[in-house]
Amino acid sequence: MDLQIALLLAQDGIVNGAIYALLALALVLVFAVTRVIFIPQGEFVAYGALTLASFQIGQTPGTLWLLMVLGVAVAALDAPALWRQGCRAGPKIYGLIGRQIAYPLVIAALVLGAQPKEWPMLLQVLLALAVVVPLGPQLYRVAYQPIAEAPVLILLIVSVALHLALVGLGLLFFGAEGSRTPAFSDASLEVGGLTISGQSLWVVGASLVLIVALYVFFERSLYGKALRATAINRAGARLMGISTTLAGKLSFLLAAAIGALSGILIAPLTTIYYDTGFLVGLKGFVGAIVGGLASYPVAAAGALLVGLLEAFSSFHASAFKEVIVFTLIIPVLVWRSLTTRHVEEEE
Amino acid sequence: MTSRHLLIVFVVLLGLGPLVLPEFYITLLNYIGLYALVALGLVLLTGVGGLTSFGQAAFVGLGAYATAALTTATDLPAWLLPLANPWGGLLAGLLVTAAVALLLGVLTLRLSGHYLPLGTIAWGISLYFLFGNLQFLGGHTGISGIPTLSIAGIELRDGRHYYYLIWAVLLAAVWLTHNLLDSRAGRAIRALKGGVVMAEAMGVDTARTKTIIFLIAALFACLSGWLYAHLQRFVNPTPFGLHIGIEYLFMAVIGGAAYVWGALVGAALITVLKQWLQDLLPQLFGATGNFEVIAFGLLMIVVLHRARDGLWPWLVRWLPEKSALAERHRDAPPLPRRPVPAVGSPLLEVKDAIKQFGGLVANDHMSLHVNAGEILALIGPNGAGKSTFFNLVTGVNPPTAGEVRFMGERVDGHTSRMIARMGMSRTFQHVRLLAGMTVLENVALGAHMRGKHGVPAAMLHLEREEEHCLLAEAARHCQRVGLGEHLQDAAGSLPLGKQRIVEIARALAADPCLLLLDEPAAGLRFMEKQALAELLKQLRAEGMGILLVEHDMEFVMDLADRVVVMEFGKKIAEGLPHAVQSDPAVIEAYLGGVE
Amino acid sequence: MVAPILEVSDLCVSYGKVEALHHVSLKVRPGEIVTVIGPNGAGKTTLLSAIMGVLPFNRGSVSYQGDAYAHVDIEQMVARGMTLVPEKRELFGEMSVADNLLLGAFMRRRLGFRDEAQTLEKVYTIFPRLKERHQQMAGTLSGGERQMLAVGRALMAQPKLLMLDEPSLGLAPLIVREIFRVIADLRKLGVAILLVEQNARAALQVSDYGYVLETGEIALEGPSDQLEDDPKVVEAYLGLGGKKD
Repeated sequence: MDLQIALLLAQDGIVNGAIYALLALALVLVFAVTRVIFIPQGEFVAYGALTLASFQIGQTPGTLWLLMVLGVAVAALDAPALWRQGCRAGPKIYGLIGRQIAYPLVIAALVLGAQPKEWPMLLQVLLALAVVVPLGPQLYRVAYQPIAEAPVLILLIVSVALHLALVGLGLLFFGAEGSRTPAFSDASLEVGGLTISGQSLWVVGASLVLIVALYVFFERSLYGKALRATAINRAGARLMGISTTLAGKLSFLLAAAIGALSGILIAPLTTIYYDTGFLVGLKGFVGAIVGGLASYPVAAAGALLVGLLEAFSSFHASAFKEVIVFTLIIPVLVWRSLTTRHVEEEE
Repeated sequence: MTSRHLLIVFVVLLGLGPLVLPEFYITLLNYIGLYALVALGLVLLTGVGGLTSFGQAAFVGLGAYATAALTTATDLPAWLLPLANPWGGLLAGLLVTAAVALLLGVLTLRLSGHYLPLGTIAWGISLYFLFGNLQFLGGHTGISGIPTLSIAGIELRDGRHYYYLIWAVLLAAVWLTHNLLDSRAGRAIRALKGGVVMAEAMGVDTARTKTIIFLIAALFACLSGWLYAHLQRFVNPTPFGLHIGIEYLFMAVIGGAAYVWGALVGAALITVLKQWLQDLLPQLFGATGNFEVIAFGLLMIVVLHRARDGLWPWLVRWLPEKSALAERHRDAPPLPRRPVPAVGSPLLEVKDAIKQFGGLVANDHMSLHVNAGEILALIGPNGAGKSTFFNLVTGVNPPTAGEVRFMGERVDGHTSRMIARMGMSRTFQHVRLLAGMTVLENVALGAHMRGKHGVPAAMLHLEREEEHCLLAEAARHCQRVGLGEHLQDAAGSLPLGKQRIVEIARALAADPCLLLLDEPAAGLRFMEKQALAELLKQLRAEGMGILLVEHDMEFVMDLADRVVVMEFGKKIAEGLPHAVQSDPAVIEAYLGGVE
Repeated sequence: MVAPILEVSDLCVSYGKVEALHHVSLKVRPGEIVTVIGPNGAGKTTLLSAIMGVLPFNRGSVSYQGDAYAHVDIEQMVARGMTLVPEKRELFGEMSVADNLLLGAFMRRRLGFRDEAQTLEKVYTIFPRLKERHQQMAGTLSGGERQMLAVGRALMAQPKLLMLDEPSLGLAPLIVREIFRVIADLRKLGVAILLVEQNARAALQVSDYGYVLETGEIALEGPSDQLEDDPKVVEAYLGLGGKKD
């Protein structure tokens, strides 16, 4: 392997690692706030990419129907409690109908009526996000909120079940064929004999911007601080009026946005199938586990390491790259089990 | 008709199956049997032990590939030749599986609960890709031409022959698991759900117990894979992927993860449902693919929301009432007891114990001693550091500095299990019983350290004599504390006050010489308090030492020989009850400062 | 007489089969400090948790600002100006003092108020120590400072009813005095206070009216200055009942 190839692989590794890092951050966030190990994160990657791809070939993405069905389900679940509150809940009922019934209808009208195929790329991306991102809080409401206080293990099994259902739906919505979307930019950069594609720069740049935005959100904004507070002390946060449900939906919203955006960013670089997201998400996971599902910077660094390891092992032993990446988890677990003092979990 | 009759009917029907059923149903039943064997392991691991694995399909794959590779290879090295037959394949599969399971167990079981399932996800994916990419395992095309099995000279040629083997193996596994759960070793496994601190205080080696159940679950899966390989005579990586591993877990959870027969119900339901949906859904959606996973995922979420215990408990309601347990243990001889220390000899001596949490000093130079045949009460306002002191003495959270001696030996730094073995028993402030187990079984868990038979003997029920002695001992302690009428009641169904008494019986079943009670009178009615006081006085008269943490001053003052008062982590008074009661520092600590 | 801001009637709470509160009734009027005292394990924390909606209750009702509730939702109560300072403080340890205080105003911000800067100044005037430490992580504060932060955080919500659960717990006498001085001052701001305390003497000195809770029932009630001299209070605490020395 000469330097040229090494640099090429490093570039690949960094591009993928940036995506894994984003996903790792979302996983850590969701786990810290809700104790949910968010296995379906990967499905948002696939849904985001494939929804955009559907627009580009002039098809209606199945995720649109999912958005509408889940909207009705959420409205049906939330309405009885609001009804019982009587007149005081009036504005809340309008809010509920607006978010869960009217919004999906508006989006559907746009998708079906306005020919997004003809739109500029940026608007297409925004529309894809508008379809996919609300699924996050909707799924939280339907699958997790009723058992928000359940043990981590039960929440994990629910995650796995949800993952399975969403993969099946992905196959139904998008078929078994993969899709690849056009690059955001055709430009490329020549640095010391190494060609860096515009899309790679887009991925790394957008990831950095997102990471900075997340940092600012958590450090500066009230809602970001409220999420951190919930992660640190749920009982204390509840007493401030930060309800578990609010924090849960907010963290799922962020995770869904990060997932869908990641998918949209990598779709021009690699063919995305309905089940691609799972492996992508799991690699983010390996990064998150490096950080013990608690530390954001370590998780991001771990994810970057996963990306590099994957790139270099695909050169040396491409058939075994998945094996190598997932076996990385073993030394990490050894290290964690040697450094973690055993603590009793009080559920 | 009793449950036993039903079981006989079930087995007879199973035996008649191949004589009357068409081929299709035999195949279906074969698969149900193979899947149920894997799900059974998950019942032990998840439903009973509270751990979980999504990687069981990979263990099935190890069992299948081990025998497939060994029985079809043409150029084996000479040292492997003795293994080049189905039995050698089985042995090799079990050994490899055990090695992998032990490694994964050692790596993840010390960490908090979700690392094992995450580890098994990673391992399940890795192994799937490994199967698909190793040339000597046939890559993605797999291995064909696996020989049939011959047992005692009879060659198993088709599905009907394998049917008997599969179901015999499954029923044997059900029997072994059932036996295991109804034993000392089984109680230790069930204690895992009561939390590590409680189980260790009963003398259960929790790390070892977790590893054992993970191992058993993996070996069951491996056995299923071995049967599968010889039934199919062909293997490829597909049935050993992560999604199938997830389906195995669904079978266990939907059937009823805490029940041995739940595995069978779940495996049958999912297998039949899958068959049906695989025909129906592609027609419905007009496309091909594994759409049944959508239904499984949704079904699973509904089950976890609405009926976390699965279908089995719901089915059981239609079965005849379980006949009352035969009390065969009634005449069992008593267990040997440890020598009783002479009255007045020192049992527990704590000198200048300090416990710091970060900058906070929770216990500051605490010193006290308890002798055989006396009751020492430790009192103080909320937050004075009594619980910290309790944890420090029992080894749950060792002191930062200072020394703790028990029976003359330094025990600071010992694990709580070691300290418990030396004869120190405790109860918990927040009752830690296994709510679903009977009172008798809960108390028998206390006698865990007085038995010695392990998992193999328990699976074969070769330890019945010892088991009867343990249960007899437990029953005696229940009688003694006044729970004689509640032996077969679920511990969780008793009122909280009674549950505290169960904890005391459980502590006594360990035959301790020092008893540590954390607020035993909380939640008791007046009469119950008096009965408890009587019991404690009796134990004192027998030479037991008792350290009592209690808020109920009236209870303490009548009972204790000496009282130690704590405030802000320090001892502020020590002496006879009435002297302490009129001590101005104590009054101030309790009622607050007078300005 | 002014209508009570909080009226608890006939409240029963159980954990499983065990009844922790047995037909408890009490009232707090605007601008009044009411204390519930009683020995450990009497059910004082359970009472506050049920009023706040942290725990469900089986019987009775909680009526707040004239509306009776059979089921209480924490979020709704916080929005209506009820705040609880819990026994364990429940601070956000890895966040700064200033952020902890800001989150105290979370609900007000959600409701559209933008006055947390003024409230913050008021809290800093009450607890100058918090201003000195505003950048420090809450987890590194001393016990007394933590309690000040917990009370300060609750005040950021501009409560109409402030409930304090054992504010003196585990604090040295000097700091206890400081905390009680603040509680007395709060009355001047028109905040109604429900104070649960084990430190009976300090609580009775600062309050207008007191209830003695013993094993889940109100054993005694009356104006605080009368309770202070009642020998039954001492009995309830030190278990001297029935014995004469």
